[in-house]
Amino acid sequence: MKPAPFDYIRPNSVAEASVALGRRGATTAAIAGGQSLVPMLALRVALPDVLVDISRLDDLKVVTRTPDSLWLGALTTHAAIEDGDVPDIFNGLMRRVAGQISYRAVRNHGTIGGSVALADPAADWPACLLALNASLRVVGRNGVRVQSIDEFVQGAYETTLTTGDIIMGFDIPAPPRGLRWGFAKVARKSGAFAQSIAIVTAAGKDGPIRAVLGGAGSRPRALGATMSLLQLPDGTEEQLRAAIASDLVTFFPGQDAYQTRMHTANILRAVREMRAQ
Amino acid sequence: MTAVTVELNGVKIADDVEPRQSLADFLRDRCGLTATHLGCEHGACGACTVVMDGKATRSCLSLAVMCDGRSVQTLEGLRADPLMEVLRRQFHEGHALQCGFCTPGMLIMARDILRRHARPSADVVRHELSGQICRCTGYANIVKAIVATGQELASVATSEE
Repeated sequence: MKPAPFDYIRPNSVAEASVALGRRGATTAAIAGGQSLVPMLALRVALPDVLVDISRLDDLKVVTRTPDSLWLGALTTHAAIEDGDVPDIFNGLMRRVAGQISYRAVRNHGTIGGSVALADPAADWPACLLALNASLRVVGRNGVRVQSIDEFVQGAYETTLTTGDIIMGFDIPAPPRGLRWGFAKVARKSGAFAQSIAIVTAAGKDGPIRAVLGGAGSRPRALGATMSLLQLPDGTEEQLRAAIASDLVTFFPGQDAYQTRMHTANILRAVREMRAQ
Repeated sequence: MTAVTVELNGVKIADDVEPRQSLADFLRDRCGLTATHLGCEHGACGACTVVMDGKATRSCLSLAVMCDGRSVQTLEGLRADPLMEVLRRQFHEGHALQCGFCTPGMLIMARDILRRHARPSADVVRHELSGQICRCTGYANIVKAIVATGQELASVATSEE
């Protein structure tokens, strides 16, 4: 057995889980799919006294489609999204992103809530949810709060989660018109953590455009200059490259020449894919 | 120690486990089911892949205590599985293994691929198999054996119609 010893609790409700996670004088950790946490336990990077199993809490499995948005409970697995077991209102974007996360056996258990809670800089969901303008609901000792992904993910493995907090799920606004999107990822091998994740979305033919880059720094960022430029009907590729260069300097300073070329090429791939739809 | 009940290869078993024990260690050390191999023990190699509640699962990334009430199938439990019989023969005839260390995980994942993709192409198999590492074969014969199994099963299905 590689992990250090810990106690294990399987609460029956979110409230009970929150109390267990907030136990005074103990280091606690919530486990859902465990696909990142179990290796961290084995490597003793994570050393909880108490492991709180939230994987069976039905309140975190709710999936609801309304005309305005899609609610995905935190326990929704990558495989469920990949297979279209949850409503696809983003023209396949989330299915495509889900299908490229790690490997199928991991996707069968790994959850969207766990991925966002860990906030690995190379994770796909924080970038995708940022591109889709999603917000998340967190329940904790001080009640419930709703935050945008941008407010929630503060840095590499850094979020606003504090002791006793549990992510309930994600509220993702429905695109006003058919979503056009591009998703491009650079990884050494399929399933490996990405060096670069670019997502570009547009609502219909001339709706608002969003461009997000992940994997390039401590957290994914929306690329302001690139988005403004893409919104112009007559922007040239030269101008687009200049806008990307300026965003890289602003949001991801310290990229070397290779990284700059790689991220630029990756963003351009996503833009082309979006425009082809 | 925490009491767990697991349906293991169709048989309900009850045992006490330490919360920190992985499903893989539980299967091998407590249950003596050593077809499940442990390579990397952190989810990268796929050798320890088993089936939990019908889904391919890394047993090194699952805690035994979390499998309480679940069903687990290892390679030992799939001896009589019709799909596995064809796969096993295709692996044998197509020389899809050398040292055999990765083979249990390969077979479990191959079965999972064939259950989700009817008659998969070599490209699909390669992508879907990217979480399974083999250090001997270079994958060529493994991919061929899985593609051949898909074709054999499709032709059987057609001739039965």
